[in-house]
Amino acid sequence: MSFSPKAVWKEFSHSKIGMTGVAILGVLFFMSIVAFVAIPLDSFKTWNDPASWLLYPKSAQPAWINYFQSEKIPEHLILSPVVSTQQLGSVNVIDDSFAVNYQYDGFPSDFIYQYTAKYAGSPLLQISVTRPDGIVLPLVSTSLPFAENDVTYSSMVISTQNVIQKNILDKKSHYAFSLDGIPSEKIIFSRLDENAILKGQYVFHVHLYDVSAKPVLEQSRLVLGGQVYGMMGTDELRRDLSIGLLWGTPLALFIGITVSIGSVVIGLIYGVYAGYKGRATDEVMMRFNDVIYAMPALPLLIILAVTIGNSIFLIVGFLVIFGWVGIAKVSRSMAMQIKTLQYVEAAQLMGQKNSKIIFKHILPQLLPYAFASIAISVPGAITTEAGLSFLGLGDPTFPTWGQILHDASSYSAAARGMWWWILPPGIMIAITGLAFVFMGHAMDGIVNPKLRQR
Amino acid sequence: MGFKKFLVKRAITMFGVLMATLLLTIVLVGSNMDSISKQSAAQEIRQQVTSNKNLLSSFKTTEQLDSYINNQVKMRITALGLDQPWYSPQRIGLSMYKILTLDFGHAKFLTSDSGSSDVKDIILEKLPRTILLFTTATVLVSVLGIFLGAVAASKVNSTIDKITSGFAIISSSFPVWWIGVLMIFVFAFLYPIFPARATPDVSISDPGYLGSLLYHMALPLITLVIIGFGSWAYLVRNFLVGVLQEDFITAKRAAGIDEKRILYSHALKNAAPPIVTILALSLSGSLGGAIITEAVFDWPGMGRLYFEAISVLDLPVIIGATYVLTAFFLASVFVADVLYGYFDPRVRRQ
Repeated sequence: MSFSPKAVWKEFSHSKIGMTGVAILGVLFFMSIVAFVAIPLDSFKTWNDPASWLLYPKSAQPAWINYFQSEKIPEHLILSPVVSTQQLGSVNVIDDSFAVNYQYDGFPSDFIYQYTAKYAGSPLLQISVTRPDGIVLPLVSTSLPFAENDVTYSSMVISTQNVIQKNILDKKSHYAFSLDGIPSEKIIFSRLDENAILKGQYVFHVHLYDVSAKPVLEQSRLVLGGQVYGMMGTDELRRDLSIGLLWGTPLALFIGITVSIGSVVIGLIYGVYAGYKGRATDEVMMRFNDVIYAMPALPLLIILAVTIGNSIFLIVGFLVIFGWVGIAKVSRSMAMQIKTLQYVEAAQLMGQKNSKIIFKHILPQLLPYAFASIAISVPGAITTEAGLSFLGLGDPTFPTWGQILHDASSYSAAARGMWWWILPPGIMIAITGLAFVFMGHAMDGIVNPKLRQR
Repeated sequence: MGFKKFLVKRAITMFGVLMATLLLTIVLVGSNMDSISKQSAAQEIRQQVTSNKNLLSSFKTTEQLDSYINNQVKMRITALGLDQPWYSPQRIGLSMYKILTLDFGHAKFLTSDSGSSDVKDIILEKLPRTILLFTTATVLVSVLGIFLGAVAASKVNSTIDKITSGFAIISSSFPVWWIGVLMIFVFAFLYPIFPARATPDVSISDPGYLGSLLYHMALPLITLVIIGFGSWAYLVRNFLVGVLQEDFITAKRAAGIDEKRILYSHALKNAAPPIVTILALSLSGSLGGAIITEAVFDWPGMGRLYFEAISVLDLPVIIGATYVLTAFFLASVFVADVLYGYFDPRVRRQ
């Protein structure tokens, strides 16, 4: 039962199922890298901070469902400006323009302009919109609070403000219907002959005029409210689920791989030592193993998480406590076989130290089995952690997939038909598990030739 | 080593596990438990004194009453041995003895449906429901799995064999509780066929209770069966494929015995020991998983009781439920061990 790594890899690479597992794992690793590179660490830390998700829509479906629908649901748009500056005589003008090609079959639910301006004096803020038919509607014209020296001022303009309503009513002669009681976004985006959506290119212009100094718009964003958003939609707390799902990937891989490597290393050394020593040592060690083996893991894991703590590192440790026992049993019986081989006996006769015999002559023989066990025990670790998180006992500071499902169930997502909140995390858990099951399956076939079909 | 000695050894190990689990639980929740028992002792005394009119009227001032009660509480605490720290050997020994004799004390918040706060009553009420759900599921899963596994084993590498193996691998990587959430979503809300909450909505005394219980059990039962039978079929198939390669089967084939008869009576009989063992083990495994499954479906059994007790930190219930769950878990592990040792003498000689 000797394996060279090369031969094992050669056989493994011929296994279709094993390579599928490797491919899936590659994609998951790629997603983890994307998560680390593309998403700033801040958004990860602010996952549970409602203030950082204010601009996002509540319970929005994923944007791609519009492809399957004849009626396009308005998408929630967070627009960034095209900036230009001008000098009109002594007046400095900043022009931020937001262009949107509006092709949805419904009005936006609202619009919010959020800005942070740095200025001295009292600049004038003007917002207007140019419709597809060329009509220009002035929306807001207001001066920012006076400041003697440079100040930074943050505020927002919301579509429900009275001043917008009033400014639009000045242009009511354009419209063939009465504008009474119609909210402003439904007027701006409406056709002239009836109150129905007018599709086409809308451009929102934000002008900031100042005479004394050059004002700067440090932050400038226009949000058009809608019911669909992004790749994965948002949850009840306005959080972008694609970020949570993406961040869940490295976390799940971390939990799964750390737990399985930890369990396999401990189990391997424990089992090999017991098997090699034999006699009373073996008896005592295996009785202890039996005790842990027969303990009901989940109830005890729950008690541990409640009483000791639920940080992600602690949970990894708890999972290792219950993970190593089975591996210890198998590697013990394997060590007992290897120990009777002649080269081990020869090493003993030559007077080599026990530790050297274990680490040099016995453990390397068990490595293929160890790799197979690592792969096979990953899914269990991931689902158990997800289960704990689902019960609300996981680490609340990390958006794991189980955590997302916990939130989904506490806001009764199933009852409200929010499939985009329930399906993706579970599918991700299963896919990650499958990748390792596939790999373990292929490894198992190499390590235990008996399992193979004739 | 004889079978009797094997039995005794296994029984001793199991008892050791039970004690170890109990000790671990007590150590983990001990310090919290301590303050609770002191509070409940004080409360009990106060109630006794205030309900005793004669005693109450013999006090002139409230200070007198308070000092009397405090004295009584102190005496009670000493009598109960609560004056010593919770980690003292006597205390731990006493609590373990109490739990061993099924004296779990009174729950802090939770009550049974009939209103009793005795932990034993609560557990006795929930336990049958968990057993009903999970035993039914295990029986269904094993029957379905054995049948499918036999079919797959008789036609190795056929389409049905590949589908069975593929389904087994895929179904085992989905968490049961997630499938449960999906099933609720599809069959309780999208197509309202089954109730979303598995708690029966009529009282126990109602004659329609059993029907209602079974109707509410349908969705969790279907979920458990769907998730479970794939891996069962896969295991049974692997055992049978091994047996079918043995010489005696080849001899039977040469003798011209019907292939179906070989499979169902000769091969299945020889694959029985591991199958029976797995039956016992999967029963115990499902008990551990019951916590999440019952929480998802709101099935009023031991698992949900455990979850509720954890969320309000009702320690007497937690300890009692852990004890009962562990005892059942160990009983089935023990039965599995014994069956295996009975069927396969090699195990005993190890």
